[in-house]
Amino acid sequence: MRSHRPAQPLSLPRTLLSVYYAYMVEYRAELLFWMLSGTFPLILMGIWAEAAQGGQFSLDSSTLVRYFLAVFLVRQFTVVWVIWEFEKEVVQGKLSPLLLQPMDPVWRHFAGHAGERLARLPLALGLVLLFGLLYPDAIALPGLAQLGLGLLAAASAFCLRFLMQYTFAMLAFWTERASAVEQFWFLFYTFLSGMIAPLELYPDAVQAVVVWTPFPYLIYFPARLLAGFPLELGATLFQGFSVMLGWGLLFWLVNRWLWRQGLRQYSGMGA
Amino acid sequence: MGRYWQVLRLFWATAIAAELEYRINFVIAAFTSLGGLAGSLFGLFLFYRDGYQFQGWSWAEALVVLGVFTLLQGVAATFLIPNLNRIVDQVQQGTLDFVLLKPISSQFWLSTRTLSPWGIPDMAFGLGVIAYAGSELNLGLGAYGAALPPLLLGIVSLYSLWFMLGATSIWFVKIYNVTEVLRGLLEAGRFPMVAYPAAYRVFFTFVIPVAFLTTVPAELMLNRAGSGWLLATLGLALVLLQVSRWFWRFALRYYTSASS
Repeated sequence: MRSHRPAQPLSLPRTLLSVYYAYMVEYRAELLFWMLSGTFPLILMGIWAEAAQGGQFSLDSSTLVRYFLAVFLVRQFTVVWVIWEFEKEVVQGKLSPLLLQPMDPVWRHFAGHAGERLARLPLALGLVLLFGLLYPDAIALPGLAQLGLGLLAAASAFCLRFLMQYTFAMLAFWTERASAVEQFWFLFYTFLSGMIAPLELYPDAVQAVVVWTPFPYLIYFPARLLAGFPLELGATLFQGFSVMLGWGLLFWLVNRWLWRQGLRQYSGMGA
Repeated sequence: MGRYWQVLRLFWATAIAAELEYRINFVIAAFTSLGGLAGSLFGLFLFYRDGYQFQGWSWAEALVVLGVFTLLQGVAATFLIPNLNRIVDQVQQGTLDFVLLKPISSQFWLSTRTLSPWGIPDMAFGLGVIAYAGSELNLGLGAYGAALPPLLLGIVSLYSLWFMLGATSIWFVKIYNVTEVLRGLLEAGRFPMVAYPAAYRVFFTFVIPVAFLTTVPAELMLNRAGSGWLLATLGLALVLLQVSRWFWRFALRYYTSASS
């Protein structure tokens, strides 16, 4: 197979990415609607901003606005739908031709998601700026180091969420409704990830438990970095990235094991 | 009119027979609703745990709003979503032709063709939350009776909005996710309107009338809103319903069927 190796070391990922980017830009109207359907953090932003003016919460109004704008961005940046596509491929037997290619089929999905991010980003930033006009006090860029760390955390969160959902997707080899598992998981994600409020406002007991689950690292951790919360360097950062890495490894192992078992189970429906 | 009832009975009997094939789905839906309810309660609790409260809404009163929201979510999942999301399919595949040829109102056909019992757990939990909050507040039967008309009118308004959005697929064809945008915005109905800043309140009263779906019925149930609000709800529902009918007739003029 030597002679078939790509000419440049990175030409395969580059090609995949540009193909899927072009594909996503083609459907930009649909993309806009997908983005607008993720307005949940912006709705909560309004309530928390109002609540913080009236009550004694440990965070003030403009901090909360900044936090929720960051949540919105992180959420846009980490949307994953691989399970629905994979489920369809398995149920309809479309996975079979992909298995013949000298590339793990996951990379197509991954490139699709990554390409969509690039197409979505300008839209999402535009909406954040619009809300910035509504709450001008809240807009403040974090320091460069924190911005970099925040982006790194957001990218890791996306990878972890993709990996988790792709692991659940493996169940499609055995059942036709693997996405039901994801829907149930999504509830925990919604309420424990910090999407409805920063973790500081959760009861202590809940906080203590939740920091060991993967959920807060998918939203809260990158969002607070991007929102420029005061940072207890070291401990928090180390804990954040290492918990993510731990869960990532665990899911990766389970994923590869299920993939091998599943392929044995897979009979290529409709083929 | 009698014919429509008969057709409706047939539609729903066949839909239920089909759904009963997938009983395990129903169990999953029930678990998911239970989890969703726990999450909603937790989300509301975060505001109330330190003694803060939405202006003029005690914990039990805010629960009424959440109960109405959960109930509406169930109604939408049972009656609205399975039908209205299918309009897009019909337009895309050109099968709308067959619907238009039938000797009954096409809007009626499209809006009632099927139903899915998936929303029933949500409806049950919603009613449960309302009943719990009602007993905390010592509400009498009259209060529940007062809540019923605005609730039904709210459902009519919600239906009309959803149907109009679905009908825009005549022009845009592939818009599965327009209804997702509406669903996202409806999330605002979890909390009483006073909890929002002024700009949000204007938006959710006049642009997307979420206020009339959950807050107003709850206020009427708690006997804190005058009958003017009931009239406003009635007016809104009637206007939106009539507009949705006009809009559908208008949209059909642009329908050119698939592959033509």
